[in-house]
Amino acid sequence: MNLVTVSGPPSSGKTAVILKTIDSLQKRGLEVGVVKFDCLYTDDDILYEKAGVKVKKGLSGSLCPDHYFVSNIEEVTQWGIKEGLDLLITESAGLCNRCSPYVKSITAVCVIDNLSGINTPKKIGPMLKSADIVVITKGDIVSQAEREVFASRVNQVNPGASIMHINGLTGQGAYELSTLLYDEKVEIKTLVGEKLRFSMPSALCSYCLGETRIGESYQMGNVRKIDMSDKKDEK
Amino acid sequence: MITVQDIQNQTIAELFEQYPFLPGFFEENTLQVNGQIDEKLIDYLKFLDDEEEVENRAIDKDQLLLSMTTYISQMLEFLGEDEEDGVHSITILPGTNKSGEAEQFGELKISKSEIVCIVGPTGSGKSRLLGDIEWVAQNDTPTSRTILVNEEMGDKKWRVSSGHKLVAQLSQNMNFVMDLTVYEFLELHAQSRLVEDVEGVIAKIIEEANKLAGEKFELTTPITSLSGGQSRALMIADTAILSKSPIILIDEIENAGIDRKKALDLLIGEEKIVLMATHDPMLALMGDKRIVIKNGGIHKVIVTSDEERKLLVDLERMDAVVQNMRTRLRNGEIIKKEDIGF
Repeated sequence: MNLVTVSGPPSSGKTAVILKTIDSLQKRGLEVGVVKFDCLYTDDDILYEKAGVKVKKGLSGSLCPDHYFVSNIEEVTQWGIKEGLDLLITESAGLCNRCSPYVKSITAVCVIDNLSGINTPKKIGPMLKSADIVVITKGDIVSQAEREVFASRVNQVNPGASIMHINGLTGQGAYELSTLLYDEKVEIKTLVGEKLRFSMPSALCSYCLGETRIGESYQMGNVRKIDMSDKKDEK
Repeated sequence: MITVQDIQNQTIAELFEQYPFLPGFFEENTLQVNGQIDEKLIDYLKFLDDEEEVENRAIDKDQLLLSMTTYISQMLEFLGEDEEDGVHSITILPGTNKSGEAEQFGELKISKSEIVCIVGPTGSGKSRLLGDIEWVAQNDTPTSRTILVNEEMGDKKWRVSSGHKLVAQLSQNMNFVMDLTVYEFLELHAQSRLVEDVEGVIAKIIEEANKLAGEKFELTTPITSLSGGQSRALMIADTAILSKSPIILIDEIENAGIDRKKALDLLIGEEKIVLMATHDPMLALMGDKRIVIKNGGIHKVIVTSDEERKLLVDLERMDAVVQNMRTRLRNGEIIKKEDIGF
């Protein structure tokens, strides 16, 4: 089985891109499954089911979605193998810009959209910087110049990535993406022992454990304060 | 090829001097230099030996050095290309339509400064054709077409790199979304393309755009307050002059507030290959050829005949009548039967 992780800011078009790409993969006779990770709610699983795709969803609820993802990825992989999939795609929303969901040996795709603004590539961490493929969506509604500037900014933070432009509505570009996602020579049996490309955002403080009261005396563990003094930031 | 060893022992000042595009990389990767410009790169990056700093900034030193090296190599290659390396022509070799039947044309070569129109009903396969061109298909797409660049097997670099896009697109529903003035906008685009004479290029674009637009606009105008016609004029002039893509795909040009004939003249004057999806007879007849798409395949290729071209004169006259009425309406005048003129 092949495994691909797809990530990207909320509403960037991940599901639309994956659905259009799966369409091309199914035409090649490949069995594709999806596991959708989200935080509080998703009904994207219904969209996948409609497309004839085996699907599972996981909601992280009160946990950091990244931590939830990595705690479940092996079980998810085993599910895909059991279902006899050729390709398993995991989809997860990068809910904070420090998000870091990629595994070293697994193809990583980041979906980001032209409408998010040209300063966005700078603000996103490992989710964009360490992806193998960056898919840029919503190019049909902005000018050619803005597309070019946006793509060049993405290239500046991740020069090694393949940059693809995909229209999630018409599917233009999705066939091309599909050719980069499946390699019949690859056979993944387990992720045990594999490593993340970058450490995940960390936190363990009283608020992680359900504290709701405000004030220093309620704060314990990994707590950090803004520097409110007048001196200028050094870095 | 530049290696990590090559750059890490140079000072940042030396690197910036050698690679004038590198400050942009620092900026985009949130690396502030401040007083450390004379430090060696490897020393400057020492703050990333601190694990907490690495976690907080989410920057991995090795990965950053590798990225920087890749970026420098890419940009040097990009800057080293001259006109000779450019795309002079593309050639479409036939594949099959949706029913698997062979397409009925020998081969179709489209050269610089040529205009080829694409006609056919919605869903007939126009975007697939464009997709094949953009992907430089090598008998490896659903249509089995092959696209040659300069009459040779295309380089796969066109497929996924940001600086080498074969096709630039202009379509109806495109908008400017940035909150910038025309000047700031063009400056940003020029910088991203590593243009040396930024001022000169901006002056040229605004001049050309104003020739196309019905109503003139200024460099200080915010791009979001341009009218539909002005926006299209600016997009076309900007794409013609600043975009490095050798092929321009146009998805209809609305017949309002813009001189479409001049727009096409500008594009072919800049030696672009122009592909235009249109069902507007005036635009279609301006093309040298038109590709008719049916059932996912190229059904036939029609060369615009002299007879058709003669009709263009009449069409232009009819168009002028309508344009004239538009102007008169704008000026608050009354439209009369005589205005139609025939």
